Amino acid sequence: MGFDWVFFTELIVGGLMSGVMYSLVAVGFVLIYKSSGIFNFAQGTMLLFAALTFVKLTEGSVNFWVALAVSTGTMVVFGILVERFMMRPLANQSLLSLFMATVGLAILIEGLAQYMWDSAIHGLQLADFLDLALLDPVNMTIFVVDYIEWLDILISKFDIFATIVAGSMILILAVFFQKTRTGMSLRAVSDDHLAAMAVGIPLSRVWALVWAVTGIIALIAGLLWAERVSVSFTLVEAVLKALPVILIGGLTSIPGAIVGGLIIGVGEKLGEIYLGDLIGVQGIETWFSYFIALIFLLFRPSGLFGLKTIERV
Amino acid sequence: MKTKLWITGLAMATAMSATAPVMAEGEVYIPMPVYRVGPYATGGTGYFGGIIDYYTLMNMTEGGVGGMKIIWNECETNYNDQKGVECYHRQKEFQGKQALFFDPLSVGISTSLVAQGRKDKIAIIAVNHGRTEGQRGDVFPYYFMPGINTYDEHSIITAYIGELEGGMENLAGKKIVLLFHGSTYGREAVEFTHMLCEKHNCSSEAIEVPHPGNEQTSQWLKIRRSKPDYVVLRGWGVMNPVAMQTGVRMGFPISNLIGNIWSNDDGDVKPAGSSANGYQAITTHPTGRVAKVIDEIVAKLYDQGQGDLEDKSRIGSNYWNLGVMAGVIHLEAVRVAQARFGPDVNSAQVRWGFENLNLDTARLTELGANGLVPEIKTNCMDHVGGHQAKFMRWVYAETKWEVASDWIDGDVELSQAIIDAKAENAIENEGITPRDCNDPAQRDDFDV
Repeated sequence: MGFDWVFFTELIVGGLMSGVMYSLVAVGFVLIYKSSGIFNFAQGTMLLFAALTFVKLTEGSVNFWVALAVSTGTMVVFGILVERFMMRPLANQSLLSLFMATVGLAILIEGLAQYMWDSAIHGLQLADFLDLALLDPVNMTIFVVDYIEWLDILISKFDIFATIVAGSMILILAVFFQKTRTGMSLRAVSDDHLAAMAVGIPLSRVWALVWAVTGIIALIAGLLWAERVSVSFTLVEAVLKALPVILIGGLTSIPGAIVGGLIIGVGEKLGEIYLGDLIGVQGIETWFSYFIALIFLLFRPSGLFGLKTIERV
Repeated sequence: MKTKLWITGLAMATAMSATAPVMAEGEVYIPMPVYRVGPYATGGTGYFGGIIDYYTLMNMTEGGVGGMKIIWNECETNYNDQKGVECYHRQKEFQGKQALFFDPLSVGISTSLVAQGRKDKIAIIAVNHGRTEGQRGDVFPYYFMPGINTYDEHSIITAYIGELEGGMENLAGKKIVLLFHGSTYGREAVEFTHMLCEKHNCSSEAIEVPHPGNEQTSQWLKIRRSKPDYVVLRGWGVMNPVAMQTGVRMGFPISNLIGNIWSNDDGDVKPAGSSANGYQAITTHPTGRVAKVIDEIVAKLYDQGQGDLEDKSRIGSNYWNLGVMAGVIHLEAVRVAQARFGPDVNSAQVRWGFENLNLDTARLTELGANGLVPEIKTNCMDHVGGHQAKFMRWVYAETKWEVASDWIDGDVELSQAIIDAKAENAIENEGITPRDCNDPAQRDDFDV
């Protein structure tokens, strides 16, 4: 039997779609790292908290748009609180202290989310909401869980939608960082807190802004992930998928997070199917993505798009 | 100086012993190794909630079990093997009383405790699951899996697929994929699935989903390539709704996805939304308010503002009903032991109780559990005792399960061979000296 090209193509497409989802989480890491030099361990729990807040509101019969607005507001307030009670007191402390603070924050949010809401698995039919909210007046269904078969290749409509959302968000972030004054302030703060403050950049405001934006990104990523995997505590483990992505793409690059995500998405799928069959072992994709990342690190220690740190001795 | 220290120490020891809590006479202690948080909390809160509600009802209406008030304490295992074992050591004794048995609802935890349970003479309970060769009570006297074992479960699923195809002979040429959770629990069914297909001339393939199962694209693409007639889902927690959603997204007919005993909760299907409509799964205990005992729990606990479930809509859900079923089995074992040894039984005597269960329809009716708990009759050689199950189908529009089949028996003949082989292996590798269940003296001795 010859090589199954249709299956191979489906695998690549499926891998790219999954990769986009990993990128969405990775972007949150990059954003915090670019602005403060901190590796935010709480990214996964922020995803869970945001999605859980939204889903519990909609389960309580709150309108889709109101729930979205309230969840967005919650994540903005969350960002401001993190700056006020965690970042500001720890300003100019070592990066390790700041990292450990995010570990504490992750555990706190996880406990808080279970206390405020619950620990059950919740479904989120975002596709139904979108159809209802956007298309009901014209009686159309576009986003509802369905698929397109083109040349025998199967593509989920919702995955296409998620890709468009993720792509747009990343484009907006790239423009924000490169072209706006606030974006440049964020980059300056990341390079050197003290120097940025010396030239008049308000550190507190910049940090509050970046945590709030990261919260909103966590909400978007959380909702898209939840459509695929439901809202449960395993959303926290989305972080494990994002780590190899940022190892490959570099912690400071948004385009790196995208490319890294796509490489990991496709790589783990190819590994699971072809390498798994070859060595007779299944379920390898969890560790295989880290194996890919390690190979990249051997040749590009700062990642594909990461900045090389040059220190004078 | 030395005398003064000695007197002070004695005084402190006396004071401490006077204040150390000791359980009152007339009480029995049962540990509760719960998991209320983490990815598997849906199962944990439902199951242990059901047990607690049944124990509370018994304390309220019958003063406990056999006149002994039931006391329990919780330890959070997080469905983690290591934490579960820690909980066992922490909970095997409480305020001077030994635990009567230990039921952690986890293959990993219960399997880790098989040898320790025997050493401490505390029965390890694994309702509807567990290390399958544990059925052999002569080899594993302190391990019980009341209900069905993994092999019963999968032979019953195969028999149901045969029913759907219009007869077992029509399984010939069909293809069945086992989609299993990447854990000890998940892998338990792989070999037997191949054996079943060998027997019925179908072909089989086993596909592993890495824990926790929240990304299944590659697995479902593999299934799409294999083009199976049926997929048997051996999932747990979040893996279940993700399998349904991903399967439907990949164009697989949901009615041909058949769930196992840990893929059959409302909490598994509700998150999958409309994708789950028509999904079928095995069960030993129908969902809903199907027995008198459930009505009593609602009337005497939940209607009075008590009850363990925070969300009252989960009353009658699959895991909660399973918990009530487990509670009924637990206390029946205690009652059986009390009938022989008197009210204040120890754990070895309760082990004997688990080994001599006879929950027939008449007894279940007396207990108000007929319609919820299947008939279970255990003995020295059979620590499972049920071996039968039904199927139910999820109706999305009505948010409920409907019964899809009558009781179907497991292929005990086929499974016995593999169970015996595994038990012989355990005898050889684990240095176990089996009892002779044909010898009445050994069979009836509770203190083995």
